[in-house]
Amino acid sequence: MKPFTVSTIGLAAVMAASIGTAHARDQIRIVGSSTVFPFASYVAEELGATTDWPTPVIESTGSGGGMKLFCEGSSLDTPDITNASRRMKPSEFERCQENGVTDITEAMVGYDGIAFAQSNKNDSAAFTREQIAMALLEQVPVDGKLVENPYMKWSDIDSSLPDREIRVYGPPTTSGTRDAFEELVLESVTEEMEAYGNEGYANLRKDGVYIDAGENDNLIVQKLEKDTDAFGIFGYSFLEENADKLAGANIDGVAPEPEAIGSGDYPVSRSLWFYIKNSHADDVPAMGDYVELFMSDKMISDLGYLKGIGLIPMPQDLLNEWQEKVADRKALELSGLK
Amino acid sequence: MAQSLDDISRQLKKRHRRSAQMKWLSMSALIAAGVFLVLFLTDMLIKGLPAFQQGYIEVEIDYSERAAELPLAAVQADVRDLVSRGYLRLIPGRMAENESLLGTQRMEWVLADDEVDQYLKGRQTGLKDKQIAVIDRLAEQGRAELKFNTGFFTNGDSKLPEMAGLASAAIGSVLVLIVTLAFAFPVGVMTAVYLEEFAPDNRFTRFLEININNLAAIPSILFGLLGLAIFINFFGVPRSSALAGGLTLGLMTLPIIIITSRAALSAVPDSIRHAAFGVGATRWQAVRDHVLPLSMPGIFTGSIIGLAQALGETAPLIIIGMIAYIPDAPTSFTQAATVLPAQIFTWAGMPESSYVERTAAGILVLLTVLISLNATAVYLRKKFEHRW
Repeated sequence: MKPFTVSTIGLAAVMAASIGTAHARDQIRIVGSSTVFPFASYVAEELGATTDWPTPVIESTGSGGGMKLFCEGSSLDTPDITNASRRMKPSEFERCQENGVTDITEAMVGYDGIAFAQSNKNDSAAFTREQIAMALLEQVPVDGKLVENPYMKWSDIDSSLPDREIRVYGPPTTSGTRDAFEELVLESVTEEMEAYGNEGYANLRKDGVYIDAGENDNLIVQKLEKDTDAFGIFGYSFLEENADKLAGANIDGVAPEPEAIGSGDYPVSRSLWFYIKNSHADDVPAMGDYVELFMSDKMISDLGYLKGIGLIPMPQDLLNEWQEKVADRKALELSGLK
Repeated sequence: MAQSLDDISRQLKKRHRRSAQMKWLSMSALIAAGVFLVLFLTDMLIKGLPAFQQGYIEVEIDYSERAAELPLAAVQADVRDLVSRGYLRLIPGRMAENESLLGTQRMEWVLADDEVDQYLKGRQTGLKDKQIAVIDRLAEQGRAELKFNTGFFTNGDSKLPEMAGLASAAIGSVLVLIVTLAFAFPVGVMTAVYLEEFAPDNRFTRFLEININNLAAIPSILFGLLGLAIFINFFGVPRSSALAGGLTLGLMTLPIIIITSRAALSAVPDSIRHAAFGVGATRWQAVRDHVLPLSMPGIFTGSIIGLAQALGETAPLIIIGMIAYIPDAPTSFTQAATVLPAQIFTWAGMPESSYVERTAAGILVLLTVLISLNATAVYLRKKFEHRW
């Protein structure tokens, strides 16, 4: 039974070789937001093609999932960088500190708008944030009291809205898109309303009107093509890529266009980030080059490559400010996150 | 109770009618399954076949000093957006390697941007009218063509759709399967030999047997969690590596190999064992020299089917980090690797229509490999099968 012996010994050797490999490595490991994923992998590929470093490995885990992995510890088998489509939460920062990840640098790369879009076979649509919140929240005020959401058609909320069933495909709770949508639409509306005790409320309906479509934004695009009654919630870059199939709804009278998102006129826009674990910098030397490349004008300025794949660049002076902060590896502090 | 002949013939008719009905019903089930298969395959073929061709354009490349600094300067302004960035960014590197290029100008067939490729394939694109006019002119002069897409088989993944290929995922799949086989085959076959040939038949072994059968039916995602806990967190195997993936898929394949190997071993008639014992062989000698060789075709068949299943698996690999952007081909078992189905999954999440095409083409490639693996299994069984 020679083959058995040979393969068993071979396997044992491979196992033995692999144990304790946590020393310096060439390949950067990146996790995090599925919204930043296409931009980060574009930069990663450029790094792999134009330098001697191997192409970094990027896992699309969602912003929350990325923070969890990133803050797990400072040993070399944890990720070096995590992408996020929102800022790090104070609770996540504290978790990082507890696990010994103390020296973190924050980098902002640009903006993304959240589109509320439908198939372009429909007439164009326009909503206020309040109307969207009333359509999606689990409890809504009727005559000043909170009740289970009774609205089944848009026209039930406001007679000026289309006579279409409310059906919305959107991202799951691990997604930064979801976090941003909850904060910028649901919470900002409910904070202004007495019925909610002037506190942010973001529980989504559980009666099948809001449909959790997973981290795969492409799936939402496909659903909207087939289900023309429905709306979908996803990043602006997907709307741009699918401009031949989808149309974004105006929100508070502003259309989702790059200028309006960058200037903040479009109310549902957010900034995109990545976080660097500085304690890895010596053992993973490629990190420096990657970060420099990502923050370069060539990538994220108004003339950069990433604009071509849907990133909305920062104004030049803000960009210069961030470039400087990141180049100095300014350490992130809890007070900076609030 | 007496029945008249009429009653009986009426009953008979009814029973025959019922029999015919059932025949048609089961046949329509078969037809429905066949229709689904044909629909799926034609859909994949229609979507996927165009990906085996790729658009190229012939342009003048100017290897000037400026191009070494700024690759975009190597081509003329009107075709600048039409040439793949993946080609342009390599120009400075090529000039540094081959200094005689400096100062020369030559016509070259270069990879076109994915939008040009889609336009040449007759799809709707976001190209501007001016760009379309340039492509039409090039096509008229025979300078824009669809050629066989070799890059699809030699490149790794890419964010530039026209550059994206399967090569690194295919290499990753091979490495993973080597580990899976090296782990699951010896362990699985030896377990089967022990259970079938040596173990006493008692409550404990029967309990083991039931559990092995149950393991074969466990959702594969659970093996991913097990792999994360044991191999990555406990043994410190690098995340995303072919080693971690192979061992995890090995766990998943083990029950299948054990069950099929046991079936193959028990199909060897006892007279063979008795004959061996009769000339004084020990139990191990009888197994090693007679039973195992005779059951090998069956064991191989089972192992190949197990491997084919492992090749198509994605769920457990999500958990151990192999579904990621990994464009470089791994050169060792401990480097980050991705596998064919994971590559297909990654492409399926991309918005550009070139990726939709590549997703379907990747499925075609994976199906071809799976069908050839299963065909090998059938061939082995037919060729070496013994009838006792």
